[in-house]
Amino acid sequence: MSTQTVARETTRTHEQARATDAQKKRRAKNGVAFAVLVVMALMWLIPILWAIDTAIKPESETTAIPVSWLASHFTLQAFATTLATTSLPTWYFNSLLTSAIISIVTVVFASMAAFAFSRVPFAGRNILFWIILAGIMVPGQILIIPLFAMMQSMNLVDTYWGIILPQLASPIAVFIFKQFFDGIPYELEEAALMDGASRFRIYWQIWMPLARPAIAAVAILAFVASWNNFLWPFIVITSNNLMTVPVGLATVQTSFGIRYAQIMATALLGGVPVLIVFLFFQRQIVQGIAAAGLKG
Amino acid sequence: MSDVTMQAARVETSAQARRGKDRRWRTNLAGLGFVLPFFIVYALFLIWPILLGLRMSFFNWTLSGLGSSDFLGLGNYQQLFSDSDFWQSLGVTLLFTVISTPLLIIVGFGLALLVNRAIPGQAFFRTVFFASYVLPVSVVVLIWSWLFQPGFGLIDGVLTDLHLPSVGWLSSPNIALISVIIVTVWWTVGYNFLLYLAGMQQISPEMNEAASLDGAGSWARIRWITIPLLNRTTTMILILQVIASLQLFQQAYLLMGSGDGPNNSTRSIVQYIYENGFTTFRVGFASAGSYILFVIILIVSIGQFSLLARQRRNA
Repeated sequence: MSTQTVARETTRTHEQARATDAQKKRRAKNGVAFAVLVVMALMWLIPILWAIDTAIKPESETTAIPVSWLASHFTLQAFATTLATTSLPTWYFNSLLTSAIISIVTVVFASMAAFAFSRVPFAGRNILFWIILAGIMVPGQILIIPLFAMMQSMNLVDTYWGIILPQLASPIAVFIFKQFFDGIPYELEEAALMDGASRFRIYWQIWMPLARPAIAAVAILAFVASWNNFLWPFIVITSNNLMTVPVGLATVQTSFGIRYAQIMATALLGGVPVLIVFLFFQRQIVQGIAAAGLKG
Repeated sequence: MSDVTMQAARVETSAQARRGKDRRWRTNLAGLGFVLPFFIVYALFLIWPILLGLRMSFFNWTLSGLGSSDFLGLGNYQQLFSDSDFWQSLGVTLLFTVISTPLLIIVGFGLALLVNRAIPGQAFFRTVFFASYVLPVSVVVLIWSWLFQPGFGLIDGVLTDLHLPSVGWLSSPNIALISVIIVTVWWTVGYNFLLYLAGMQQISPEMNEAASLDGAGSWARIRWITIPLLNRTTTMILILQVIASLQLFQQAYLLMGSGDGPNNSTRSIVQYIYENGFTTFRVGFASAGSYILFVIILIVSIGQFSLLARQRRNA
């Protein structure tokens, strides 16, 4: 064996030793990271678990001192009472209807606009795109006063359209679609143009099927955003039977007084639909938010 | 070349030019057609209210009268600046922004850093930290009001078990805004967490491996690799976060039982605008308040965007 190979061998074993050392260290650090994460996760879960615990206690035991996770027995009575005495089913329907319309219209309008911005070289498209992009910076809260005045003059206060219309203009949706369209190669479309297909057919038959991931992301984000929107429906709706879930829930605390099992049951029932949507479409939501937030 | 062929060629080019003009015209029409539906909605419900709000802010506009009455010029703004409630709500908003923004960024970054390690249950942790962000504000507030409840609330219960005095989470003027911040972090940090996690997953693992072979420890790698590479992500998060924090309203308003908190300690500028617009119906005055907030947000975000632009040039 030459000295050279010996030297090489020793460095190799050194490196191996260093590698296993590093591995051990990494494993130990991962252990610490895991422990910290478990503690943090508990801080995020305990409020929810406490709400569930309270909701399944008998009403008389929710305000027992000392505070305890246990109860003499557990019951679903509070959920039944909530569904029977509040307008929660109506609020579900109102939220579902308005959010679905907002979501669908946003997808159609925003994808069409983004298609033109990405693929149709029309005059003035850069200016128009910048005007729309600037809208991302406009804080929604400051528009509530003039929007309300507009709704009043259009007789749309306390109507579904009053909830829906101001939520249709989502510049961020145009932005997400444009990002997506910009990433697709031109060849496909050129072939179709050669064949004499109209722009609308190209949009509808080539781009929309290709854009399924972007459609899913925008549709779900728009749906969740409008489902959770509090301020606008809170201002524009006054009748109980037109309220959306977040607005209706805000009235519950005062009307229930100190019946905490019922309040928690209502909160949980109000939160469950979005949580289900979230668990089913987590991937699209995560990708959509990352696309909108990071590439800006 | 004969005259005839030259003439023929000239005719052909003019026909081509005509056809080209025709096509350009059709392209313009098609492009505008695609943009129009969105643009109408955008002009009606975003551009128009911005202009209408500005106009309203110069008038003694009331909701009942449905329109402009007396022109006040800058009267609403003058009145606003001499109203101590306005300055107080502005102070609350700035205090909230200054405390909550670093907290939301650091906690989001820390959680992402931990979840990004090769640990079991990664997907579970990601879901847990992000899930609260998708809850409606009313659900969050109902649950936290119950946790903060004096006497039989969970937090007071734990404090009693530890023989600590109970805290006036919602009733003490010095604590109420802190409670709003706690709720805000719990509710919204998942968003920053997610953006950071997505950013970290774009950093190639080789870079960290090479650095650790060179003897760089975890802190050094975070300091010299993760943080600099996520510079742009951080600026982006900072911009979004400051804009969001300056618009504080719903969680504070609901947490205080549709009120201003003890000694108005949680009344934000948006709440001040809301109360003037929708409880005392001084819409013109409230519009002036909206415009002040708009200008503040605009200045802050232009400053931050120029920071982002500089980072991009340097990158």
